[in-house]
Amino acid sequence: MSFGQLPYDVAHLFGGAMLLLSFMLLYQRRVTAVINGLAIQGAILACAAGWQGWVQGAPQLYLTALIALAAKAVLIPLALRVLIRRLAMDRTVDTAMGIGPSLIAGVALVALAILVVLPITAGVRAIAREDLALALSVVLLGMLMMITRRNAILQVVGLMSMENGLILAAVGVAGMPLVVELSTAALVMVVLVVAGVFVFQIRERFDSVDVSLLDPHRGEGR
Amino acid sequence: MLPEVSPLDFPLPWAVVFLPWLGALLLGFLPRERPAALANVGVSAASFLLALALVWHPGGVQGWTQVDALNTPLVVLSFLIGLTTAVFSCGAVAAERFDAPRLRAYHVAFQVFMGAQALALLADNMGVMWVAIEIATMASVLMVAVHGTPPAIEAAWKLFILCGVGIALALLGTIILYLAAQPFVGHGDDGLSWTVLMGLAARADPGVLNLAFVFLLVGYGTKAGLVPLHSWLPDAEAEGPIAISAVLSGLLLNAALHAVLRAKAIVGAHADAVAPGRFLLALGLASLLLAAFALWRRRDARRFFAWSSIEHMGVAAIAFGLGGPAGNLAGLVHMLGHSLCKSAVFFGLGHAVQLRGSQKIADIAGLCTSHPALGWGLAVGIAAVAGLPPFALFASEFLLLVEIAGHYAWLVLPVGFGLLTATAAKIHTLQALCLGAPTPDAAAPAAGRFEEWFTLGPLWLHLVLALLLGVALPGPLAGMLGVAAGIPG
Repeated sequence: MSFGQLPYDVAHLFGGAMLLLSFMLLYQRRVTAVINGLAIQGAILACAAGWQGWVQGAPQLYLTALIALAAKAVLIPLALRVLIRRLAMDRTVDTAMGIGPSLIAGVALVALAILVVLPITAGVRAIAREDLALALSVVLLGMLMMITRRNAILQVVGLMSMENGLILAAVGVAGMPLVVELSTAALVMVVLVVAGVFVFQIRERFDSVDVSLLDPHRGEGR
Repeated sequence: MLPEVSPLDFPLPWAVVFLPWLGALLLGFLPRERPAALANVGVSAASFLLALALVWHPGGVQGWTQVDALNTPLVVLSFLIGLTTAVFSCGAVAAERFDAPRLRAYHVAFQVFMGAQALALLADNMGVMWVAIEIATMASVLMVAVHGTPPAIEAAWKLFILCGVGIALALLGTIILYLAAQPFVGHGDDGLSWTVLMGLAARADPGVLNLAFVFLLVGYGTKAGLVPLHSWLPDAEAEGPIAISAVLSGLLLNAALHAVLRAKAIVGAHADAVAPGRFLLALGLASLLLAAFALWRRRDARRFFAWSSIEHMGVAAIAFGLGGPAGNLAGLVHMLGHSLCKSAVFFGLGHAVQLRGSQKIADIAGLCTSHPALGWGLAVGIAAVAGLPPFALFASEFLLLVEIAGHYAWLVLPVGFGLLTATAAKIHTLQALCLGAPTPDAAAPAAGRFEEWFTLGPLWLHLVLALLLGVALPGPLAGMLGVAAGIPG
């Protein structure tokens, strides 16, 4: 399969769009805009999973697409919106690292992902390895977002963006057993429930969701 | 390869996993403290007996699970520690002052955790193993956060964020592992079966295997508390309910290190893939040396012993990094011995912390004078954790040093230095906690003789077992460990 074939091109289009949204998550200062970005990334992930289901003739991937669409594009962003409205956090938030340096670091990470994945997976089918490079880039950018944002909700968004990258990798590998997709979906649910509880409790105690306020509580009595 | 068990046989591994989960369901309906704590002991005792039956299991793959010489001792030991922790918790839970919902959450999370860590050890399918470790992580986040105080929430948040990233990377590693297997197995669950992967690893693409191993090592290594991804561990063990420190140290770290070993076995089976032992060796050495120094700077007793867990996981990683039958045997004995001794120390220390109303080392002094039974028990426990003879950790560290001296003489100096520094720090803390003039108790109600045995019974049972493991390894167990030492390669 090579460039110019429809299944290949469309899969790349979706993967590339997800990567683009990862960069958007990295530079947006407004919390609502970040959540919109996450929702669109979830919707593109659903499209990518559905497309792979059709190309590979694997009906279970439609289920993955449906779960991604329902949870990541609709339910979780809605819940996060309710949360930030209740916490009156509807404004810009600071990053630990400036926007410029974060974007440069992001580009470096994407280059790293491509340099790592493409040479050593030369024996694997082209569609899988290039999807893997895109997915790894999304995962690394999600991690970068978790490092550069100090706000608890945005750290959760970063973690979920990482998971989007993981599912992109899982659906790109033909014949991946269903166990992984289902478990990833379960993970997202559990993650959000736990995180939700946390965020509420953190708010109760500190009147803010900036996790840097937690730092004094290291318990060593300094 | 192990014999295939007929799928029609009784699925004992699944029973071992689901019994605690059913128990969790039951415990969710018990709001009163005493009945809930006793039911928790009952569920743990039943799980332990069922897990003991695994010893007579013929072994082999059964659906998504497998039983072999490597995971059987770990599972049986984990349920033994689950039982003793439940007994300890029975005596200690009153002092935690839970309200009804927190009490239920605590017991439910404990049993969910027990089932999940057993599944992580018993899984043959690497995807199922990942799901199990993820469930165990979520349960431990809940257990650490259950008090809801600011330090507990910070500890749980750190655990959640760091381990969330860790398990995400482990999933990426699992997906890439399947990518390596895909050309040979086609579609279906076989592509993630550890047994199948072991069989075809030698033919798979070495580059893909390397990539998978790096992600699995970093991902599961985070959960195993290996430096540089260890920073969640001291906070998590210091801020949760006291009984939880024993299972986090004794069980969660073992389950994660076991997952790393399974990944190492697959990659090690390919001649051209990167030698996985060196990575483990480097991470282990970093953990040992960093912890050896960090131990001297601790003022909080529970954080001190959490750092000691990082040190011991580092020693086990060094042993498995060396590999070979002797190295792996040392690593296995070290894992088992560390679980026994460390949870014994947490039982004794937990009781002392409740008596003195503080977990600062300076506030807990002179236990041998004020509470002789507890003080001497804790002193012997700390000596065992410090790796003094005749306990199991001495045997494994001795075996490790002999093995290192035989093959990698240059390593003797850093490893020996790390071990000595850490041991000295522990002796120092032993003196501070147990000897000297006692500090006053924090107006705690005088615990009855009977109550005190909820601590002393589990503590001494663990120390006797650690002694047996150290001086006179029983024949059948020695045979099983010998077979197990051949598995990680």
